[in-house]
Amino acid sequence: MSTMDPATSPAARPEPSVGMPTHQKAIFVVLLILLVALPWFVYPVFAMKVMCFALFASAFNLLLGFGGLLSFGHAAYFGMASYVAAHAAKVWGLTPELAVLAGTAAAALLGLAIGSLAIRRQGIYFAMVTLAFAQMVYFFALQAEFTGGEDGIQSVPRNDLFGLIPLESNMALYFFVLVVTFGGILFIHRIIHSPFGQVLKAIRENEPRAVSLGYRVNRYKLMVFTLSATLAGLAGAVKSQVFQLASLTDVHWTMSGEVVLMTLLGGMGTVFGPMLGAAIIVTMQNYFATLGAWVTVIQGVIFVAGVLLFREGIVGLIARWTKKPL
Amino acid sequence: MFELLGIPPQVLMGQLLLGLINGSFYAVLSLGLAVIFGMLNIINFSHGAQYMMGAFVAWMLLEYLGIGYWWALLLAPLVVGATGIVLEKLMLSRLYRLDHLYGLLLTFGIALIIQGLFRNYYGISGLPYQIPDALSGGQNLGFMFLPNYRGWVIVASVIVCFSTWFVIEKTPLGSYLRAATENPTLVGAFGINVPRMITLTYAFGVALAGFAGVLAAPIYSVNPNMGADLIIVVFAVVVIGGMGSIMGAIVTGFGLGIVEGLTRVFYPAGSAVVIFVIMAIVLMIKPEGLFGRSA
Amino acid sequence: MVRKTALGSVAAAALVAAPVMAQDAIDVTLGVLNDRSGIYADLSGEGSVIAAQMAVEDFMAEDKGLNVEILSADHQNKPDVASNIARQWYDQDGVDAILDVPTSSAALAVADITAEMGGAFINSGAGSTELTRGQCQPTTVHWTYDTAALAIGTGGAMTDADTSWFFLTADYAFGHSLEEETSRVVEEAGGEVVGTVRHPFPATDFSSFLLQAQGSGANVIGLANAGGDTVNAIKQASEFGITQAGQSLAALLMFVTDVHALGAQTAQGLVLTEAFYWDLNDATREWSARFEERHGSKPTMVHAGVYSGTMHYLRGVEATGSTDGETVVEWMKANPFDDPLFGQGYVREDGRAIHDMYLFEVKTPEESTGEWDLYNLLATIPAEEAFLPMEGGGCEFVEAAG
Repeated sequence: MSTMDPATSPAARPEPSVGMPTHQKAIFVVLLILLVALPWFVYPVFAMKVMCFALFASAFNLLLGFGGLLSFGHAAYFGMASYVAAHAAKVWGLTPELAVLAGTAAAALLGLAIGSLAIRRQGIYFAMVTLAFAQMVYFFALQAEFTGGEDGIQSVPRNDLFGLIPLESNMALYFFVLVVTFGGILFIHRIIHSPFGQVLKAIRENEPRAVSLGYRVNRYKLMVFTLSATLAGLAGAVKSQVFQLASLTDVHWTMSGEVVLMTLLGGMGTVFGPMLGAAIIVTMQNYFATLGAWVTVIQGVIFVAGVLLFREGIVGLIARWTKKPL
Repeated sequence: MFELLGIPPQVLMGQLLLGLINGSFYAVLSLGLAVIFGMLNIINFSHGAQYMMGAFVAWMLLEYLGIGYWWALLLAPLVVGATGIVLEKLMLSRLYRLDHLYGLLLTFGIALIIQGLFRNYYGISGLPYQIPDALSGGQNLGFMFLPNYRGWVIVASVIVCFSTWFVIEKTPLGSYLRAATENPTLVGAFGINVPRMITLTYAFGVALAGFAGVLAAPIYSVNPNMGADLIIVVFAVVVIGGMGSIMGAIVTGFGLGIVEGLTRVFYPAGSAVVIFVIMAIVLMIKPEGLFGRSA
Repeated sequence: MVRKTALGSVAAAALVAAPVMAQDAIDVTLGVLNDRSGIYADLSGEGSVIAAQMAVEDFMAEDKGLNVEILSADHQNKPDVASNIARQWYDQDGVDAILDVPTSSAALAVADITAEMGGAFINSGAGSTELTRGQCQPTTVHWTYDTAALAIGTGGAMTDADTSWFFLTADYAFGHSLEEETSRVVEEAGGEVVGTVRHPFPATDFSSFLLQAQGSGANVIGLANAGGDTVNAIKQASEFGITQAGQSLAALLMFVTDVHALGAQTAQGLVLTEAFYWDLNDATREWSARFEERHGSKPTMVHAGVYSGTMHYLRGVEATGSTDGETVVEWMKANPFDDPLFGQGYVREDGRAIHDMYLFEVKTPEESTGEWDLYNLLATIPAEEAFLPMEGGGCEFVEAAG
C-alpha cells in the first residue's frame, strides 16, 4: 500500500498494446532534433548536465513509475558509477567509452547486490532498505582512498573517444553525451513497452494476481531494480566525464531526494515527465544561483505546491488534458 | 572487573552513559515521529526543522523578551506546536487518503522552506545559548565527570517519553486516539471530533521536537542546519523500533544511543553509519521493526 | 545565475565624464563564486561580493581606465555546480578572474578550469594546500590562508619540548590534512602526539570524543575540523569542564564568525590562527568599519582576502594592460604588495600569497567590550615562517622551471 499508485492518474494508465505509440515516437523525433540544435543556443556544458540528470530521473522513474518501487538510495548508483568512471579515466587512462562502461558496470553490480536484498521488502520498508544501503555506500565513498574524500576525484582528463576522436571541445563532448543519454532513455522506453515492461505493470497493479498467473515476481523486480541502477550509473558515469570530476555530492542522500523531486515534478510514470523535471530542477540550480539562500526556500515551495496542487506532475497534467499518455 | 578490547571499564561506563544521553534526544525525537506516523500515517520529514525551531524559539525568547531557559522549555514547544496546527490544517489534512510518499515529500518541502528562511535571517554560523545557572557545573561520578545539564537531559526526556507512552497506551484519551486511527468514522459516530484530535496529535508530535530543540540548545550549536542530518538518523530509529510503535521508538532511541556510543569507542568513524547497518539488518530479519505489530 | 552590480554603470558614467580614458578603457569582469546558502555563507557569501566591490571602488578603477563589472553566484559547495558556473562565466560572460571559492573540491575544480580557459583565479575561501602544491596552476593565486599555515601557527605556538597533543579529527580529507600537518609541526617542535580520534562528519555530539581526549591526559586538544563541528566541540568542551581542568583547546580552523557564534563566555581561552582580524591596527579598523556599514557584521579573513586579492589583481591589470590570466598572475608574482589589510607581502612562484599570520586567544567575557571584541593578539607569525616552503611542494610548473 505504501508505494504510489500511478494507476489512479489517467496519465499513467498502462497502454493496451506493446510498442511505443505514434505520438510518443513523434515527440522523441522532435526532441532529438531540438537536442541536436541545442548547443548553438544553450551553453553546452549546462545542456550536458541536463541530459545526464534527465537520464538519471528516467532511470529512477523506470523503477518507481513502472516498477512501483520507491528507492531512497539511487544516489548510490549514480555516485559510485561517477567515481569508478572518473577513476578509470584518470588513473587507468581508459578512453571515455570504456570509463563510462566501467562505471556503469560497477553500478550494475551494486544494484544487483542491493536489489537482491531490498526486493524482499515492500513499500516504505523497501525504501528504507535502499536508504540504509545508500548510506553505507556514502560512508564507503567518504572513507575509501580512491575517492579522494571531500576533495573528490579532480582533473579527470577528457581522453579521446575510442582512442581516436578528441573530446576536448565542448561540442564534440556534447554529441557523445547526447548519443549516450538519448540512447539510454530510448532503451528505457524500449523496456517499458516490451513484454517485460507489461509484466512489470501487471505486478505493480496487482502483485498477488501476477503471482497466481505464474510470474516469478521477485525475479522481475530484481531485474527492473538492476536495470534502473545500471542506467542511473550510466548517467553518473557520463556526468563524471562532462565535469571532469566526481565528488561526494553525487552519493549524498540529498541527491537521492533530488531525483525523487525531479521525477515527481515532471510526472511519475510518464515517459517525458522525468526529463522535464530534471531540466527544470537543473535550470533552477544554475540560474537561481544568485538568489543565495532563497534557492532552498523556492525548492521547498515547489515541493509543497507540487504535492498539494499537481500530484500527477507537469507532464501528467498535460497528459490528462490531451488525454494521451506522454 | 573485565577489560574489553583494551578499554578499561571506567571508560566504557562513561561512554555508555554518554550514549544514553544521546539516546535521550533520539528517543524524544523518534517518539514524536512515531506518534505522528501512528496516528496520522504521515512521515514527518520536517521534524528536524521543527527541532531546530524549538532551539531558535528558546534563543529568541531570551534575546527579545528576556525569557529564560525554564520558561522556554514550556513555551517553545507550545510555539512550535502552534505552527504545527497551522501546517496540519492548511496542508497535511489534504493528504491523509494518499500514499505515504506524498506526506513525506510535502514535509520535506516544508523543512526546506523553514531552514531556508532561518538561514536568511540568522545566518549559518549559529547563535550562542548558555546552560542555565542552576544546571551548570557537574558531578564527579568516579568513572567520569558528568555535567549536571546532561543528567537533566536524561531525566527530562525519560519523564516526557514515559508520560507520552502512558497517555497513549493507558488512558481513555489514548484509547480514542488509537481507535480513531483504526476507524475514524466509528469514533466520530461516538461524538468525538476526530479531525481536531488528529490536528492536536500532530501539534503534540512536533511540540516534542521543539522540546528536544530546547533541550539541545545549550549544548549543541544552534544553527539552521542542526536538524537537517539528524532527521535521517531519527527516521532510522523509528523504522528499527517499528513504525508507529510508541514503546519501540522510546526503547530503540535510548538503545541506539548506547550502541552508537560504543561504536564511538571501538570504531569512531563508523558511528555515523552503524545505525543504518542495524536498520538494514533489522529490516531483513524482522521488517516490522523490533517492537512493531506485524504490518 | 548572474547578478550585475551597479558598478558597471558607475564606471560607465565616469567614462562619459572622461572621454579620453574611454578609448583605452579595459573591460574587466570579476566573478565572485562562493557559498551563499550553506555552511560557508557567513564567512564568505555576500560579504565577499561587498569586499570585491570595495576593492574596485578603493582602487578607483574608473579613474585608471578600468571598466570593472562584478558578477556573483552561489556554488552551493558542490564542485559540479562550481565548475559549470566557472566554465559558463569564462565562455559566455567574459569573466576574466574568479574570486573567493570556499570548499576545497569546488576550488580545485575552478583552478583547473581557470587554467584551461586562460583566466585568473584568486582564491580566498578554501584551505587546501593542494591549490599551490600537487594541483597547482600558473593561473592560481591562493591569497588568505591554507591548512598548513594554520597548523604552523597554532601547532607551533602551542608546542614546547614536552607538550602532548590529542587530535579530534573530522573524518574526511580536510580533517586528515589538518591533523597530519599539525602533527608534523608539533613533532618538529619537540612535542608528542599521544592519540587521535576520528569523528564522523558532520557530527553533533562530541562528548564521547572529548572524554577520550580528556582520558589521554594530553596538554592540548587539537580540533582538526571546521564550522559547526568545531563550534559543537568547543561548546561541549566547556560544558565538560575540559579547559577548566587544565587542558588547552586549539581550534585549527576557525573564523571570527564562529567565535562570535559561540560567544566569549564559551570560547574564552581558545587559541587559533587567522590571517586577519578587524582590530589589528588603524587601517584594518577603518576598512572594517566601512565593511560593517555595508554588510552588517565585521569582516572575516576571507572577506579581507577577497579585498586585498582583488586590489593586487587590478594593479596587475592596470600595469600590464591585459586581462590574460597568466600575464596578470605573472605580474602579481613579480611585484610585491603593501596592503592596508595584509601588510607587506608577495605572491610566490607557486601562487601562494606570503604574508604575516596571527595567533590569537579568545578574550574572556570580562575583557571583551563588545560583541565583536573577541581576540587578544598572542603572536605575529612572520610571513617567511607562516607557510610551507615551496621546495618539495610537488608543484609541477615550478619544478619544471627550477
